[in-house]
Parts: sequence; C-alpha cells; structure tokens
Amino acid sequence: MRAADQFAFAVQSLLATRMRTLLILLAMAIGTAGVVLLTWLGESGRRYVVEQFSALGTNLVIVFPGRTETVGGAPPLLGETARDLTLDDALALQRSEAVRRLAPVIVGNVALSHGSRERDATVLGSTADLMTVRHLELGSGVFLPAGDPRRGGAECVLGPTLRRELFGAAPALGEWVRLGDRRFRVVGVLSSAGRSLGTDLDEMVVIPVASAQALFDTAGLFRILVEATDRDAVARCVADTERIMQQRHEGELDVTVVTQEAVLSTFDGILRALTLAVAGIAAISLVVAGILIMNVMVVAVTQRRAEIGLLKALGAGAPTIRAVFLWEALLLAAAGAGTGLLLAEAVSRIAANAAPALTSGTPPWAALAALVVALTIGVGFGVAPARRAARLDPVQALARH
Amino acid sequence: MIELRSVQREFHVGGQTVHALRDVDLDIARGDYVALMGPSGSGKSTLLNVLGLLDRPTAGHYRLAGEDVTSFDDRQQAEVRRRRIGFVFQSFHLVPRLSTAQNVALPLLLAEVSRKERSRRVQAQLLAFGLADRAAHRPDELSGGQRQRVAIARATVTRPELLLADEPTGNLDRKTGDEVVKVLEALHHDGLTLVIVTHDPDLGARAHRRLRMQDGRIVADDRRAR
Repeated sequence: MRAADQFAFAVQSLLATRMRTLLILLAMAIGTAGVVLLTWLGESGRRYVVEQFSALGTNLVIVFPGRTETVGGAPPLLGETARDLTLDDALALQRSEAVRRLAPVIVGNVALSHGSRERDATVLGSTADLMTVRHLELGSGVFLPAGDPRRGGAECVLGPTLRRELFGAAPALGEWVRLGDRRFRVVGVLSSAGRSLGTDLDEMVVIPVASAQALFDTAGLFRILVEATDRDAVARCVADTERIMQQRHEGELDVTVVTQEAVLSTFDGILRALTLAVAGIAAISLVVAGILIMNVMVVAVTQRRAEIGLLKALGAGAPTIRAVFLWEALLLAAAGAGTGLLLAEAVSRIAANAAPALTSGTPPWAALAALVVALTIGVGFGVAPARRAARLDPVQALARH
Repeated sequence: MIELRSVQREFHVGGQTVHALRDVDLDIARGDYVALMGPSGSGKSTLLNVLGLLDRPTAGHYRLAGEDVTSFDDRQQAEVRRRRIGFVFQSFHLVPRLSTAQNVALPLLLAEVSRKERSRRVQAQLLAFGLADRAAHRPDELSGGQRQRVAIARATVTRPELLLADEPTGNLDRKTGDEVVKVLEALHHDGLTLVIVTHDPDLGARAHRRLRMQDGRIVADDRRAR
C-alpha cells in the first residue's frame, strides 16, 4: 500500500471512532500544553531573575564581612564576624589596578522627617562612586560630592517615593531633612528605578558613608561594591581583594568575596534545572497519554481482527498492517500535540498580557521538544499494538465469531 | 492450475494432535468449477485456507500456476494472494466504516494501483455487479445479497485467476443465495477458476466437480458430464 493510501486509511479509521479519537487527542493536547506551559513559566522566571541581576551593575565584585565556606550559598546578611569591614579596608582596595572604582556601603533604617511629615526610610551610606557602580540615575540635582570619604558631609539624595511623600509638589532640592538626630540637605533626587531584587531604590535615602557611620554609631561596613576594570579583570580583582583583605586582617581571610557573575550563574543554573525538572514532571502526563494511545490501539486491534484478517487475505503483508496502525498512533499523537501547542501558545499570550513579567509566547525550543517527545511516545507506544496486529493469524482472525 | 501433493495439516489443541488434512492429493484445472463438501470438521475449510495461502501445510507441496508456493515466504505469499486469488466469505467481511466503492477498492489499494486507475476499475466493477447506485452506501445500509455482491466485486476487482468462496450463500435466504450463485457462475463462465465450500447439496449439484471430504481426506471426487 502506498504511504498516502495508508495515511488516508488511518484517518478514516480514526474518524470512525470519533469520540474515542477526541478523548485521546484531549489527553495528548493537555500533556503537550502542560510541558510547554511549565517550561515557559520556568523560563520566564529565569529571565526575570537574570535581568534583575544584570540591572545591579556589571563586572561587580561584592565584599561581605565574615566568611562562610559554602560555595554558592547566600552570603550572611548580618555577619557575626570577628573583625568589621572598615572604610579603610575599602579604600585600601583601590591599590589593585584591577579595580576601577568602588563604593563602601552601610545600610540601616532610621526615621526621616521634613517639617511635620515623617516616615521610616532605608539609609544607604556610601560615596560618590556608588552612582556609577550601582547604575543609578538622577532625576534632578546632583549626587553625593566626590571628596574624602572619611569626611562626612550633610548632603543626601532621596529616592523618588520618599521625595514625593515628604515634599509633595513642593521643590525638594536645597531643603533640609532630619534623619534621626542629624540634619541633611537634599542635593539630588533619584529617578525611578523600580524594584531591584527586593530592594526598593525608590524608598531609599543616600548619604555620605562617614555620616552614616556616625548616624548608626558603627565603623563596620555592610559591604563593599567593587567594579573591576573590565570583564577579564574580574578574576584578578577577586584575587587582589582577598590578598589585600588578608594582609589588613592579620593574615586571616575573614571576608567573603562574590562576583556578580557567580551569583548570576548560580541562580541561572538553579532556575534552569528547576525548569527542566518541572518540564520533566509534566512529561509524565505525555507518557500517560502515550499509554492511552497504546490502550486504544490494543482495543482497536482486538475489535478489528476481522478487518486485519481480511486485509491479509486481500494480500496485505505484515509491513502494510503494521504501517496502517502506526499511522493511526502517529496521527493521534501529532494531532494531539499540535492542539496542545496551540493551546499553550494561546494561554501564554493571555497570561503575558495580564502579567508583564512573563515573556510573551512559549519558547520555540520547548514547543519543538514537546512535539518531538509527543510523537516519539505516540509511535513508541503504537509499535507493540501494530506488531500484534501484523502477527495475527488470518485464519483465526477471519473465523466466524 | 492447482497441484496438491501429500498435503498434511496438523493442529495441536490441548496436547492432542488434530489431523485436519491427511495426505491430500488434488489437481484442479484452470477454469474448473469445484464444490468442496462434507460434514463440519472434515477439513474442507482448512483445505480452502491452504489453497488460499492463508494457512501453511505441515507437510507436502502446493503448486499454484506452476509455482511451488509452499516454499514462498510470507511476503511472497501475500503477493500471490494479491495477484492470483480472490476470497468470498460467508459473513462477507466488509469493512463497516468504508463505503461500497471503498470496500471494492481495497485490493487495488493494496496492489498500489494509481488513484485514477483505481476509480476507473471500481466504477466498472460496480456497474458490472449492479451496485452503481449503492457506491456511497455503507455495508449496514445494504441488504445481505447486496453485501455479498459487494464482497464478490471486491474479490474480483484485481482480475484473479482463482476465486475461493467459503459458504458464500450460508447467511442468505434461498432467493438471494441463488442470485449470488448466478453472479459467481457468470464469473466462472468468463474463465475464473471457482472453488466453493458448501453444505448446500443444490449448490453442490450445480458445480462441475464435487469433492467430498471426511476426516481430512478426499473421499469422493465426481465430475458432472458437461
């Protein structure tokens, strides 16, 4: 029998059992759509995180006080460390030629007030270089003045939300605000940067690092953000940082040095693995659909014994019988998978409209992979029933029931 | 046309050996009209299946049109069935989801005849069997006699040399049975070799040659004078 005729014959027999065919198509479609949609969700999440990290700045090396030996783990946020990370430590890092610029950072919460308005604000004590290192943008005014970081000025830069809440429509530049028991003059306002990995820059106030040390009465830094001269210098920058820190801390390496890239690739790897794991779990439903296909084919072979016997009597060889049944399995799988892909595409587009963080459209590789898996499963589970049909003894198959 | 030499066919059923055919020697000439008769279990259906290459003899040789078909593999036997042999069954064995025309076209499909040629030959066949106005009907919309006519049209659409019929009138009333027999006899008249398995003595009496079987042996072989 020619392939085109086998195909038409298979279509006809699928149409003859419409209800059964539709149910199998549904199972296959749901399985395929599940694989594609879960992959798409995982991939969207991964991209979101990667973008967030990239927004933090490039070629970034971060120094934390304290040291944990767990590779790739989250650094201690409030390190109980023997030795603080000091401003002098930070300034000493500038000796490395792999360092382009750096920004020491102190973080704390304190009440911010202007006139009668008051609210809690996150204070970021740093230097003028924070602006470049952290990729900040100014909405108006200037950033912290460059100069000796050990000298604490009374300048502050407000996040746009704080500025609005404190001043409303009134001009903020040049005004004095109170942070705890100290007064600062607003020299600039940041432009809205949105959330970045949980820190809302819009609700921060940036002041000189020495002023923050005085405000919080601490010499210890929260961290040091170091920008390497370029991508290739990152490794050298890490080595230099560790060496300098060890020298300054009496030979003990009690700081943790992380590169932006390491954190990024760790998250990237974890999320990629999660995506694949979830897609793998969804693929189980494809296997179930495959077993349904096998079930239906086995039933079809039993019900169509007489027809198989007849085809043999009319001169169909075993390969022809096998081919006809395999076409049926392949058609079921293909039509089901095709429906599933369309379904997944539609759902992802609708969802992406509602939640912009999700990428619009399913990843093509996921659709392709789901299709290939679905077809392989369909044909794979079709082989056994098709062989069974081909092996039927025509005399018995034709025997009167 | 057909030469059977010491053909045996044994079945193993529940540890016992059943001899369905014992040492059958048989020659059937081209264009003959043979009725195969005998009680149930006498081996006549097995003989028909062996003649139709649906069953392989346990021992012995079968030459069909000069070829020793017992030595053929499955693929070659399928090819011989496709080219030379047509089957008609008691229960018709029409494919229920296919129309009359599609049922008749099945052997041409298997013989990989082109679509155009297929439709031409199916049309001619339907006309010849008086089924032209039933071309689009499905088997369940046809009467018993019509169904058997469709089955015969299907069996002969490839112009086989040998037509094997297993109780072709067994499921039909006398009148429609007679019509079907007339159709078969017309085909025989055109040169087809006809072998019919039947219980019906009247049908047997019409054949040119009657083979009576008992316990796997041909016990009587009488030829009506032409």
